[in-house]
Amino acid sequence: MNFQKIRNLLGNYVFILPAALLFFTFSLYPFFKVFELSVTSWDGISPVEAKVGLANFKDLIFDNPVFWLSMRNACFVTFLALTVQNLLALFLALICDRDIKGGNVYRVIFYLPPVLSGIVVGLIWNWIYDGSYGLLNHFLAFIGLGDLSRAWLSDGKTALLSVAVIHMWKGFGWGFVILLAGLQSIPRELYEAARVDGASSWIVFKNITAPLMIPVFILVSILTILGTMQIFDIIIATTGGGPGYHTEVPITRIVSTMIGTGQFGYACAMGVVFGLILLAISMIQIRVSKMMRQV
Amino acid sequence: MKETDAITVWHWMSDREDAFEELASRFEQETGTKVHFELYAPSEAYAQRVKASAQTHTLPDVYGVLGEKRDFASFINSGYVLDLTPELGAGENGAWKDSLFARALAVNEFLPGNEYGVKPGIYGVPLDVMTIQMVYNQSLYEKAGLDPKRPPETWQEFIAHCRVLKEKGIPRFVSGFGEIWMIDALASNFAMNIMGEDKVFATYRGEVPYTDPDWVKVLALFKEMTDEGVFVDGAVTMVNKTAEQTFANERAAYAFNGSWCINVYKGMNPSLKYGAILPPKVTPANPMRIWGGAGSSFVVNAQSPRKDKAVKFLRWLTSDKTQAFLAEKTENLPSNKNSLSQITPVLAQFADDMDNSTHPNVYPVHEKPAVTEAFDKGIQSILIGEKTPEAVAEEVQRIKEKEQKKS
Repeated sequence: MNFQKIRNLLGNYVFILPAALLFFTFSLYPFFKVFELSVTSWDGISPVEAKVGLANFKDLIFDNPVFWLSMRNACFVTFLALTVQNLLALFLALICDRDIKGGNVYRVIFYLPPVLSGIVVGLIWNWIYDGSYGLLNHFLAFIGLGDLSRAWLSDGKTALLSVAVIHMWKGFGWGFVILLAGLQSIPRELYEAARVDGASSWIVFKNITAPLMIPVFILVSILTILGTMQIFDIIIATTGGGPGYHTEVPITRIVSTMIGTGQFGYACAMGVVFGLILLAISMIQIRVSKMMRQV
Repeated sequence: MKETDAITVWHWMSDREDAFEELASRFEQETGTKVHFELYAPSEAYAQRVKASAQTHTLPDVYGVLGEKRDFASFINSGYVLDLTPELGAGENGAWKDSLFARALAVNEFLPGNEYGVKPGIYGVPLDVMTIQMVYNQSLYEKAGLDPKRPPETWQEFIAHCRVLKEKGIPRFVSGFGEIWMIDALASNFAMNIMGEDKVFATYRGEVPYTDPDWVKVLALFKEMTDEGVFVDGAVTMVNKTAEQTFANERAAYAFNGSWCINVYKGMNPSLKYGAILPPKVTPANPMRIWGGAGSSFVVNAQSPRKDKAVKFLRWLTSDKTQAFLAEKTENLPSNKNSLSQITPVLAQFADDMDNSTHPNVYPVHEKPAVTEAFDKGIQSILIGEKTPEAVAEEVQRIKEKEQKKS
């Protein structure tokens, strides 16, 4: 290798060095540090990180029902987001894909909730759901369903569902934008040919739109699962995980363990387990999607 | 004056920023030493910053440790906090500590044989003192036909007054029970009254189970309040800021809040007429002990090259004149006993109850965080009618036994 080649090679590495340094410092190092801390009983303050082996993991997996309850709550919200939220997003995307009047205005309106801060959204919905002065209760009374009035976020029967509705309201815009982009990438000639052959709207959707949209559906569902399982800001701004443990989700448990009880090591173990679960879900989903494409 | 000689103070008290800046300017004029107050708010963000800075040895000269006693102990054991006992014992006109409320100092003190293994001593200087108790709206009392000068003193009176208020359509009690430490504060007030301090501490030590009738009685009070419709809708998940707005807007006759509320209510509704009272006594057998003591405290960084100057600054900050200025500007109870003459009447009502105060940070023994959480969350479950006091007591006891096995 001559001097020129070495210089070119080094030159290339010098160019990627800043990005690599940032990546190692802010992504890789914290990632591995979490694993390292997860086997300690570190309190977040002391310079000493006493090793406890796999005790944190053992306790978490076999003796922490609240963490698994929080997983169940997150799964419930995720299920609703995957179905109701994404179906709504698809329905609106299909409407906006047609040349309707004011289509761009609708696109902007539908995309507004996702760009709002979760805390702000939570505060707005706190007011809507308020038991005494809330908009929802006023509306229910107006349409003669005043008996259904309640403090929606403070009732154990409705708190999680109410939080899920907020999350779906805030999140459907993302799915809408991605699905709309997918719909617009389908060649129009296919639709025209189907119409010439006399295909109904349902047949067109079933045989043209749906198959061609599978990669987009997969992308949206992966983003929905990962985004919803990590729901946090809306819960903090509305219920704080209560009443009782009704709206606790894994991230609120991790934060309260880390900050509330000062068990950083244990909280890191929770983070590792939660991360592995999300990884497993994503891998299963990718596997299923590959199988679907082959079919 | 070299900039490197300036003292840096980190704090989280956004409502006192202007007053602190004014004090920094006065201190520089008097002593020639610059003081930089740096605000990091909200308090959760501040607490994280302090913990992160401890890891990188970049703590300022003066700062406050937020959190529980075990966090404070961990900072001390890690060498981040200077033992102020010798300085507090010294002074030109009597010991420095003699001018400060003993209960406020106690929060920053570690006694011999403490459970954290901290060398006995006083490690922080209180900037102000506070109590957490009940407030009642005098205008709503009048509206309901109740005597605004006779707030409830006993549990029976409280329930009777709540019934009168309910008849008049006046919402009764609000508190930020979404922040579970507030539930803990109120429940421990009742526990201290019903069974006395010793039995509460015996429970923490594991000598008395949570299924004991006295603990069930404490939990049953929350059930009774729920059954009587005492709480405003949504109180169980409400944050304290919203609860403060509710009380300030006269949408509740009672609130459970700390003495800091005076400044908050003043900002929200300057014409609000209210008074401070102790939570109603369930039994005359034991005193009603409320949470109180040091509101905010500052410590000196033991690794600071300017620690002598930092101590001097704290001494100045807690002097009669400076404390009087702070009390007037921020409507907080001064930690200096000699500055009490400057406070407002409502603040004086809070100050009157200082003798009844205690605080988890001065308890000789502490409950495990997991048990406390189960207890507080259990009360939330009672408030929404999901669980009975007996069921919650059994669940808390189960967690207690599990935690005892761990340790």
